Amino acid sequence: MAHATAVDVASSTSTIGTRPDRGRRGLNERRRSRTGLLFVLPFAVVFLAFLIAPLLYAFYLSLYSKGLATGVVFAGLSNYTTAFTDPSFLKGVWFVVRFALVLIPVQMIVSLALALVLDGLTTRFSRFARLMIFLPYAIPAVIGALMWGFLYSPTFGPMQQIADVFGAQAPFLLDPDHVFGGLMNVVTWQWAGYYMIIIFAALRGIDASVYEAARIDGASSLQIALRVKVPMISSALLLILVFALIGTLQFFTEPQALRLVSNGTITPDFTPNIYAFSQAFAYANFNYASAISFSLGIVVFIAVYVFLFLTRKRGSIA
Amino acid sequence: MRKSILAGVSGIALALALSACATSANNSGGGGSAPSAEESGTSPKLTDCTNKMMNDAPQVSVWGWYPNMATVVDNFNKAHTDVQVCWNNVGQGADEYTKVQTAISAKKGLPDVVMLEADHLSSYAIQDALVDLVPYGANDIKANFSEGAWKDVSQGSKVFAVPVDGGPMALIYRTDVFKKYGITTPPTTWTEFAADAAKVKAAGGPVFGDLGSNVPAAFEALQIQKGAVPFGYDITDPQALTVKLNDQASKDVLNYWADLANKNLVGKVDQFTTDYISGVVGGKYATYTSAAWAPGYLTGAGVGKGKSEGVWAVAPLPQWDTAAPVSVNWGGSTFAVTTQATDKKLAAEVAKGIYADPASLADGWQKQVIFPLSKSVLGSTEFAENKTDFFSGQQANKEVYLPAENAYKGVVYAPITTYYYAQLQAELAKINSGKTTGDQAADELQANIVKYAQSQGFKVTQ
Repeated sequence: MAHATAVDVASSTSTIGTRPDRGRRGLNERRRSRTGLLFVLPFAVVFLAFLIAPLLYAFYLSLYSKGLATGVVFAGLSNYTTAFTDPSFLKGVWFVVRFALVLIPVQMIVSLALALVLDGLTTRFSRFARLMIFLPYAIPAVIGALMWGFLYSPTFGPMQQIADVFGAQAPFLLDPDHVFGGLMNVVTWQWAGYYMIIIFAALRGIDASVYEAARIDGASSLQIALRVKVPMISSALLLILVFALIGTLQFFTEPQALRLVSNGTITPDFTPNIYAFSQAFAYANFNYASAISFSLGIVVFIAVYVFLFLTRKRGSIA
Repeated sequence: MRKSILAGVSGIALALALSACATSANNSGGGGSAPSAEESGTSPKLTDCTNKMMNDAPQVSVWGWYPNMATVVDNFNKAHTDVQVCWNNVGQGADEYTKVQTAISAKKGLPDVVMLEADHLSSYAIQDALVDLVPYGANDIKANFSEGAWKDVSQGSKVFAVPVDGGPMALIYRTDVFKKYGITTPPTTWTEFAADAAKVKAAGGPVFGDLGSNVPAAFEALQIQKGAVPFGYDITDPQALTVKLNDQASKDVLNYWADLANKNLVGKVDQFTTDYISGVVGGKYATYTSAAWAPGYLTGAGVGKGKSEGVWAVAPLPQWDTAAPVSVNWGGSTFAVTTQATDKKLAAEVAKGIYADPASLADGWQKQVIFPLSKSVLGSTEFAENKTDFFSGQQANKEVYLPAENAYKGVVYAPITTYYYAQLQAELAKINSGKTTGDQAADELQANIVKYAQSQGFKVTQ
């Protein structure tokens, strides 16, 4: 198709003979863009086959409803009205939104502080510390979560052993009153190192002469960190914010892994993703699970869009 | 900046898509039955079997998780020249059910014969995943089982599985704790149970039992013991479902345990966890309300050795009314033939024959892996007179488990077991955290299950 058009253009330019330059340039551009398409092709195929196609299929599924006793019937958008009025789904969304609101600032502050400190250090210790802080990210999320499950254990966990010395009862960090903090600790531990590396890399990209100029102007180290370094790496901060936002709204792995040791605190509708998983694979309701997944997708999309919109505006004012 | 976000996001998406793909590939591979679904011949050659074949006979794929399954499969294969079993263990209980449910939804990937607990049979039967075994001679073996055991696998005139083992419930207790706190005879009623619990607690002893939220099946059995009939269902009228989860008996049992939990007379730890087992070993629980398979499970988990050696005994389950004792069951498994089976007749032969030969049954009960339901074992003196090692030589079968099994009447399970258990578990967790009363939990559960059942298209009678 593209080939035929190109030949067409070539022949038309040669017969008419006016503005030959532009015609040739157009041909070259087309040829170049064709070569460009070839480069994009492998990605496009995988992207279409493994992302777009499953998405379309899931959307198709979400338009039907299946009852155990009735079989599959076309339901239109009623699965979505059900989802957005389903207390289980809404409770889960509310949990992840609250979780994101608390977790992301904590994570950002921890990783930013670590990166700034490490950037300021020049000893051999800093390289070692960097590796150690990054290490939790190298541990698979499930294994990390299981490990924390043992650390939290009220029978043989170290917290309880320390409490035993004082004859006290350590709080069980996965009971309904503490599960929020207990999970936040696991996620921060897991991801802060990764974000720290991103921020650290951005810091390394800053030209040292900027610091020199600031110092000549009389800025202290703290002032350089907060007034020079932080503004200059704001794009990296934005990046990890978006990552953290998407990741948190899709919260799944850690609570799913800790579910078995949570004494029932982590229910099958704890987060929207766990709810979708339970609906599909435990309750045989792939249709409703698809609708929940799409509804979650809508929530994530809105959250990210609102967020990017807000930050972009602020950037243009500055 | 924008570009890097896009790249990052699509990179994540791709990774997710790939991992999702890998997972599903795993599932169908693990079954070892994908080839059989594609081939139309009568003797598909299966790959991925855990066991070795004894001859070239046609193969039938089986999923099962009995700890001595390897021996059982070999016994079966040695004795058969007309069929060979290709066995895989794809997980125990919920792990397997997730795979079974996925394979049912995908309409391929199920093995020919699958191990299922009796309470899950109607959930799969209603999805047309299980074969009615009556045309394949199920009634020929009916006489081998007790009435209750047979009722658990039947729906009206249809039979969806062959029972293998059961779980008559009893009260396992620690003799050392009982002795230390002056309890001379184990409680015979739930009133005595609560009184003993208070007595031990007042003397500074451990909690008496445990209200684990993750064993809803056991809790349902305790409610049934008080007279609750949670569900009415018959697959011959598949859309009619009776739900009665907030009757007085159900509420009484919930309130009883909520009261014990609020007074800290019982633990609130989920069972089958490392925490719970270490508590059991360490003497943190005076009793364990459990089924006949418990000694084998506990032994495997390391209980009954070292510190907790020789301190265990078993007594009949406490009753609400000693004049009218009720026997209940927790767990126990069956073999069912799936509608995806290539050769259903052959698969039915396997379902009826596997774990039914004397050698396998003896291996199972002697290792305490199963409490067999076959009358050939239940009626034997060897089984009755057996002195259980775990209970320091107590004749547990004769004294406790055999009478319990013989008095078991069977239960009608709903076709929404997984959902019901998840909701009951959530209510039990709420009770444990003191956030609800037994009455509220029962009412909420009833409303919740009725709403779900209606959304699934059932005509619900309350």
